Amino acid sequence: MIVLVIVTTLTAVTGLLGAATVVGSFGRRGPARTTSDFLVASRSVSPMWNASAISSEYVSAAAFLGTAGLVLIYGADMLWLPIGAAAGYVVVLVLITGPLRRSGVYTLSDFAEWRLGSRPMRHAVSVCVCFIGWFYLLPQFQGAGVTLRVVAGLPVWVGWAIVVFVVLGIVLSGGMRSITVVQAFQFWFKLLALALPAVALMVIWRVQGGPDPTRPSPPQFAQPTTVSVAFQVGLRVPVDTRGHVDGVLDGRRYHGTEVLLTAGRHVVAEDSRIAFPAGAAVPHAEQIPVQRGDVWATPFGGGRDHPLFGTYSVLLGMLLGTMGLPHIMIRFYTNTSGRAARRTVTLVLVMLSLFYVFPTLYGALGRVFTPELLMTGDADATILVLPGRLVPGLPGTLLTGLVAAGAFAAFVSTSCGIVVAIAGTLSQGVSGGGVRGFRIGAVIAITVPLTLAGWLGTLGAAGLVTLAFTISACSLCPLLVLGVWWRGLTPIGAGTGLAVGGGCAVAAGLTQIIGGRQSGWWGAMLAQPAIAVVPLTFLVMIVISLLTRARVPTGVDRAMVRLHLPEELLMNRS
Amino acid sequence: MAKQRRVVVTGPRTRGIRVPPYPTVTRDIDEQTELGAVYLRSMMRVQLRHALVTCGIVAAVVGLLPLVFALVPALSAIKALGVPLPWLVLGLGVQPLWIGAAAQYVRRTERAERDFIDVVTRS
Repeated sequence: MIVLVIVTTLTAVTGLLGAATVVGSFGRRGPARTTSDFLVASRSVSPMWNASAISSEYVSAAAFLGTAGLVLIYGADMLWLPIGAAAGYVVVLVLITGPLRRSGVYTLSDFAEWRLGSRPMRHAVSVCVCFIGWFYLLPQFQGAGVTLRVVAGLPVWVGWAIVVFVVLGIVLSGGMRSITVVQAFQFWFKLLALALPAVALMVIWRVQGGPDPTRPSPPQFAQPTTVSVAFQVGLRVPVDTRGHVDGVLDGRRYHGTEVLLTAGRHVVAEDSRIAFPAGAAVPHAEQIPVQRGDVWATPFGGGRDHPLFGTYSVLLGMLLGTMGLPHIMIRFYTNTSGRAARRTVTLVLVMLSLFYVFPTLYGALGRVFTPELLMTGDADATILVLPGRLVPGLPGTLLTGLVAAGAFAAFVSTSCGIVVAIAGTLSQGVSGGGVRGFRIGAVIAITVPLTLAGWLGTLGAAGLVTLAFTISACSLCPLLVLGVWWRGLTPIGAGTGLAVGGGCAVAAGLTQIIGGRQSGWWGAMLAQPAIAVVPLTFLVMIVISLLTRARVPTGVDRAMVRLHLPEELLMNRS
Repeated sequence: MAKQRRVVVTGPRTRGIRVPPYPTVTRDIDEQTELGAVYLRSMMRVQLRHALVTCGIVAAVVGLLPLVFALVPALSAIKALGVPLPWLVLGLGVQPLWIGAAAQYVRRTERAERDFIDVVTRS
């Protein structure tokens, strides 16, 4: 069974990536040769292709697996994430899409240098871009590792290795142009891979009359379930539960004997198995709150500290953070005009809205059919485990393979986009562009998060992605918004703002990764600093710019002409 | 065959008068005269207004929805089609709103740009 899953998954992944790379490399005009091909797809991508590619890069492991996992654990409180993600694109559309495309710059670093006329500002923005990209790559690696561990029982580093290998292969051979086609192709593949099993699962749930996840009791096993524990885990048992234990529970070794797990805390040692009968209450891993179904289904029902504050802060971070995601912004350059760029973003909104229905659905179904993930803590694997659980036998295995392949497509496509963005930024900033610099940049881009990946603690994939959004919202968002709409921004003001905002956000993020979650107001603020830091950054940028008014760049009026007037007007845009 | 009308073909009377190579307002903008600055500012103001209206809609929805669900827990008890109301609203209801707002913005701002091009190239 497991061997079959591995074979299907890997066949699917290999076939998909092989097909995509062939399409990408030879689909249009032969292999990529010039620097322009590598960087900007020679600026000839239609809104539909481009929108598919943007959506593909955007719906990463976090959207795919993390959101479903968070819905499984926290329920209605996490429904805000898809809303914030889509709303972020509305903000991007109205505030910066047209002007950014019309400015004619490639990366965000180019924008800073051109708009503020300052070389140091280019480097400051490049640093921000790298941090955001690295924080965004981390969950891709983590997700790939979890996927292979849960589906095939392989160690996590195998997943990382596959992603690194495939991403470098694609990026180094084709650059941006092949990426655009690969990405666009992968978006529709991912949507299919999510939607088909979801529809099948919904039908089965309806036909079988499956239990309602919102009933007022703790989650229960729908069918007899044997849970394997790979690592030592602390459990919270909500009500007295009986189970057959094979392994070490609370320091005592059992060999398949029936044990009464009393309500409260227990410790299960590694390599233990507990078999629960149908209807038994699900023990929860320590870091996961125990919630009754009705509480789980209610927004702000409980289970988190300061949920309203956290929700507002996450929403603000996603709303404003989208515009600083480097791999999304460089895609506007491949549109032919500001107008085409705007239409692209509108299409992205439609595609994302469609896509984001499914993680929510999987999270809710997971509460019913795969509650043991609450016990093992592998909530990120909900989407992967569900199909096999509901459809036994070969069809289930094939469904699992399909979803796992879709997930790998997500890791690979998002990672490609970020690596291209970081590599482009690094090569242009340091070595002045060129294919060789780009390739070196790509290797650097992927090495840094790989070394950090070993440290990751309990933070889920979606948590890591919101960190990247928060850093972006706290640093690049104020720079972009003020740069586009306010003449008075000075290099010193922008630089100070970046240092303060980006510094606070990165510090909070690292504290979270290394130190783990903390409780109380201070913990809530550290977990979601956007609501405090974003206004602070805007304030710093504006105040310092006003104080250094003499340093406003000289060409600012010319810049405003280029940013805001339609391309059709023949005028001096230099 | 219809009677041919006589047409007088003339050139510029002196070498001193020339049709400007591009319309005058764009030259005003290019040379950064007062008039050009007025045109640029008016365009930016229109664009910013459209942008802020749309941002306002987003901010209102994102700001009020959590508050409503936090303050009126009774809403969460309502079920439609077997699904709790928050799940319907948050899962399916808000996204179409974003698409509508975005489409509306694109329509408005493209119209504003067309009008601006008309004004600039005609005058």
